[in-house]
Amino acid sequence: MHEENKITSYDLFRDDIVNAIYQRAKEISDAVVSAPKQKNFDWDNKLDDILTSKWTGFPIMLLLLCFIFWLTIVGANIPSAMLSKVLFWIEDRLTEIFMFFNAPAWLHGILILGMYRTGAWVISVMLPPMAIFFPCFTLLEDFGYLPRVAFNLDRLFKKAGAHGKQALTMAMGFGCNAAGVVACRIIDSPRERLIATITNNFVPCNGRFPTLIALSMILIGISVHSPFAAFLSSGIVILLVLSGIAVTFIVSFILSKTLLKGTPSTFNLELPPYRKPQIGTVIVRSIFDRTLFVLGRAVSVALPAGAITWIVANIMVGDTSILNHISGFLEPFGRAIGLDGVIILAFILGLPANEIVLPIIFMSYLSKGSMIELETVEEMRNVFIANGWTWLTCLNVMLFSLFHFPCGTTLWTIRKETQSLKWTIASFIIPTLVAIVICFSTTKITHWLHLI
Amino acid sequence: MGLTCSSCKRKSIVDLYHVEKTSNNQVVVALAGNPNTGKSTIFNELTGLKQHTGNWPGKTVTNAKGIYKRKDKKFILVDLPGTYSLLANSVEEEVARDFICFAKPDATIVVVDATCLERNLNLALQVMEITNNVVLCVNLLDEAEKKHIQIDLKKLSSELGIPVVGTIARNRKGLETLMDTVYNVCTKKIIPRPTPIPYPKTIETELQKILSMIEPLVPNDFNPRWVALRLLDGDTDILDKIKHFTDCKGACKHA
Repeated sequence: MHEENKITSYDLFRDDIVNAIYQRAKEISDAVVSAPKQKNFDWDNKLDDILTSKWTGFPIMLLLLCFIFWLTIVGANIPSAMLSKVLFWIEDRLTEIFMFFNAPAWLHGILILGMYRTGAWVISVMLPPMAIFFPCFTLLEDFGYLPRVAFNLDRLFKKAGAHGKQALTMAMGFGCNAAGVVACRIIDSPRERLIATITNNFVPCNGRFPTLIALSMILIGISVHSPFAAFLSSGIVILLVLSGIAVTFIVSFILSKTLLKGTPSTFNLELPPYRKPQIGTVIVRSIFDRTLFVLGRAVSVALPAGAITWIVANIMVGDTSILNHISGFLEPFGRAIGLDGVIILAFILGLPANEIVLPIIFMSYLSKGSMIELETVEEMRNVFIANGWTWLTCLNVMLFSLFHFPCGTTLWTIRKETQSLKWTIASFIIPTLVAIVICFSTTKITHWLHLI
Repeated sequence: MGLTCSSCKRKSIVDLYHVEKTSNNQVVVALAGNPNTGKSTIFNELTGLKQHTGNWPGKTVTNAKGIYKRKDKKFILVDLPGTYSLLANSVEEEVARDFICFAKPDATIVVVDATCLERNLNLALQVMEITNNVVLCVNLLDEAEKKHIQIDLKKLSSELGIPVVGTIARNRKGLETLMDTVYNVCTKKIIPRPTPIPYPKTIETELQKILSMIEPLVPNDFNPRWVALRLLDGDTDILDKIKHFTDCKGACKHA
């Protein structure tokens, strides 16, 4: 094959060939395109100067995030209360029907107190925030803001030894970690792709957002109707998200220095033109494709989980329920990291979907005797306080929720994407260790400082 | 020799990009274009699929497939990853190039952004070197109009030697014409004759030398000029892939 031997000597031709193509493109374009001579004001460039500037880029990013969270919290509050009122009214009617037919108590327990109640919970707590957060996020995506975020964060990711495109996969993780893991395909280098995959879990997905939002409102404790309280809670959520991003950088850095050594590869990130988002389509699509899809998944996991929770809470072994046995067993570990046995159990039962963690915690407390009708976050707060929660418990549940192992779907996706059981297990263990260490530290520090 | 067509590399390359055709009424159409030109929007509008479109590069990583019907034919539309060129500098570029090169779509739609035609044409010109059956779709005409950019589509068509259709995909404007044009290209009612890119003399003389040597060797499915160009720029990866193909042909002749 004499051609093959000659190839190296022809290397120089490549530039000439590419140049000829560019030349031809310019020729044709000059011949057919007529653009106005005097350039009108270039909005795209001006906007880019502001959105990606060293000084204004980050504050604007924070403000935008803060605004979206604030909108979500304020906007979700009233529909949430209304939904739960309606759904629990239906629960009462269903209970009456069961009583009318003299249905056995266990059947009513499993179906209504277990399944229906958890399902109603998931819907009333999750639907409104998702219906606001998703369209907002999709609007930003369609507008073309996400690549600017990636641009802003690129330098930080480089410093952490990771790939700049990880900012994009991280942003997708806000929607759904499983989607974020799939998005990691855009990173060419396997080393950097693994870092992005393992750390994707550190940004809260939509399953955990409602949990964080509800808990932040419980933590603030003041009437959520006051705009100031909503502002404070969104501030807390922002701080959590930022600490999640900070942990992403730290873990990426540690991974790139230990398990996944290497230097970050360079890439070209194109900043696409800004486009006016198609508001109508975006809202419809994000509600139907994302919100209802995620909600459907959550409900279908919540129903069996609710039934199981009710069963373990009501079947007695010896003088106490199975739930108490298990949570009692987990109690010392839970206490050590500022949580309790029930919370740990809820996170384990919540493996299929993170959104059911809070309902399970709640159900478990209720089944212990304190029967309170639940309509607002404030009433939920009272149940938690009655079960020994302090602000530290609340904070630790948020932190644990933010940093702990990914949900079942995400783990399954990681398994499929990495084709490796080893890295799937690593993606489970690394976040869990991070969560335990962080919760343990906050608890210890709080006690040392005598804050509680 | 146990070597048959089905056991050789070319087969496996084809398998990789294999698009199942169940009858003669089916045709395969590839959708290529730079990132952010609205390829996925066109894909969704034509196929009725609701693949989420996002305004960031790299949204479409894999080849998404969808189907639409036009007259008597069923069109299998393959949405290729958005790329700026086909020089295989990245996975996306390699996927897009290999699909056009080895899966042999009946037509390839190249979507270009009307607001930056020059940059987008680079890809179109490279696709036209691999296959003749190209339809150029000049999308985002509304954005161009907003910026007072006017494009002479007729002249563009005659310069390139291929059919050109202007569209505003999100309002479905021009998509009917696009589908008709693609139909006509697939049924050979329109036969695009891409104008070859003029290369500098040094390259042209080398090209002619190589062409005279390889023309009898290059299989019918490949454009000899394109293969010669790849020999010139030393793209060993694609040469390997084509070599397996030629080996296969040889083996089949002897079989």
